[in-house]
Amino acid sequence: MLPFAQLGGFVTEMLGYPFMQRAFVAGVCIAVVAPLVGSFLVHRQLAMIGDTLAHTAFAGVAVGIFLSSLLATEVSPNLTALVVAVAAALLIQVLSEHTDVYNDVSMAVVLTGGFAVGTVLISLTSGGIAVSINQYLFGSLSTLTRGDVEILAVLSVIVVASVLVTYRKLVYVTFDESAARIAGFDVRLLNRLLVVLTAMVVVGAMQMMGVILVAAMLVVPVAAATQLARSFKQSVVLAIVAGQVAVLLGTTLSYTYGVAAGGTIVLVAIGVYLGAAVVSRLGVARMG
Amino acid sequence: MSVLELDDVTYAYGEQTVVEDVSMDVEPGEFLGLVGPNGSGKTTLLKLMLGLLRPDRGSVTLFGRPAHEFADGTRVGYVSQGATGGTAGMPVTVREVVTMGRYPHVGLGRFGKRDTDRVDEALATVGVADLAGRRFSTLSGGQQQRVVIARALAADAELLALDEPTVGVDAESREAFYDLLRELNRDGLTVLLVEHDIGVVTAFASRVACINRRLFFHGDALDFSESDALRRAYGANQQLLDHHHH
Repeated sequence: MLPFAQLGGFVTEMLGYPFMQRAFVAGVCIAVVAPLVGSFLVHRQLAMIGDTLAHTAFAGVAVGIFLSSLLATEVSPNLTALVVAVAAALLIQVLSEHTDVYNDVSMAVVLTGGFAVGTVLISLTSGGIAVSINQYLFGSLSTLTRGDVEILAVLSVIVVASVLVTYRKLVYVTFDESAARIAGFDVRLLNRLLVVLTAMVVVGAMQMMGVILVAAMLVVPVAAATQLARSFKQSVVLAIVAGQVAVLLGTTLSYTYGVAAGGTIVLVAIGVYLGAAVVSRLGVARMG
Repeated sequence: MSVLELDDVTYAYGEQTVVEDVSMDVEPGEFLGLVGPNGSGKTTLLKLMLGLLRPDRGSVTLFGRPAHEFADGTRVGYVSQGATGGTAGMPVTVREVVTMGRYPHVGLGRFGKRDTDRVDEALATVGVADLAGRRFSTLSGGQQQRVVIARALAADAELLALDEPTVGVDAESREAFYDLLRELNRDGLTVLLVEHDIGVVTAFASRVACINRRLFFHGDALDFSESDALRRAYGANQQLLDHHHH
């Protein structure tokens, strides 16, 4: 029984720290909304859009920091990140409506352009900025404030509610966009909603996961679920489960060994994905 | 009332006119085969008919309303080329796909007995009831197209539009697939089939429309075989090709 007692003591100690409590609450929220929205992105070959929006969100963070130093008043980088990412999401969507495709090149331009704007603005805002920028790039458990978690919780409620209300339409559009249009659904509006929800997820999760890695939570748990699920509903549930495993285990490992949280979470998620892939192959072999 | 009415419809992608001055109609209960050479604008014409594209000139009327404004999603079923499209990897069961046909009926509401009954009937009609729990992506091409038709049947569609539905489907399944279309048509479903295989169209359709940018023939399938429309339509394509070479 001793190992269990030790484990219990360890968990109690870990959860005794307010910053770890915040990290777990944030992680659980992220691991619900990111796989939820990601389920619709991945199966429309839109996985790239999460990464693109994360990098433009970084420009938004830089705008917030820049404005704060310029106006000598506190402008929330979260808020500016949200505004910039949502604007970029709608821009990408409107561009794709006019060209009928999600253009690889224009996506790359927006991704790198957003990041470039971010770095330039930050270099203009010299001083103590370089320190705080790392936390946005790579994510951090210790700098997650109560305010950050509250914003994430509010965004999560909005995202979950929006998906619940439009779930059937989103599934139809994901499966067969032309038929969904003929079935009378406003596909353009649904597509815009999906990219805006993606922007919200990315901004909400970026504090903990980091700009560079946040898109992984939209994609990797979904890829894992796709290996095992038969129905779409099942795949959404499994993706959220995979996300939760990644976040809870990853955060714990990050705390225990003092390694980067975002990276650890993503590595655990990839481990879950590989495990799912192996189980899926074994299952096929057995049935065959 | 006609299911579809086209009046002098013209459509261009940029400078390139792909559909020019096409006027025709589709009556309830008919099986119309729409044929033409590759690049003749037949898929574009189908998209115009279904309101996925809006004509540059002329008008398309679907069940008495301008096609691009038409929003009664329960009356039209659509089967695209290779129904799987980008969905090959999407985990979704056969039953889930057919259930989508009921979505325009139920909206945000709960599924009633009538809805599940319609789904069951549709699955049985196209002969995939035993596959209901299977993942869609594990089915053969022919089975997948049957499932997509079942989705239209579950929606209580009056018009079924298909865009070269048997590309990549083996010969035996193709035969059975067109037999199914003929049966559904006999039961009162209006069928609009875009097809490159002229043999299929003359064997199964009641009326034929032959286009190559312009409409070369529109009438009974029997008359089509005896007319020179085919030669003229495909000849026009030849001229088009020659024109590009100079």
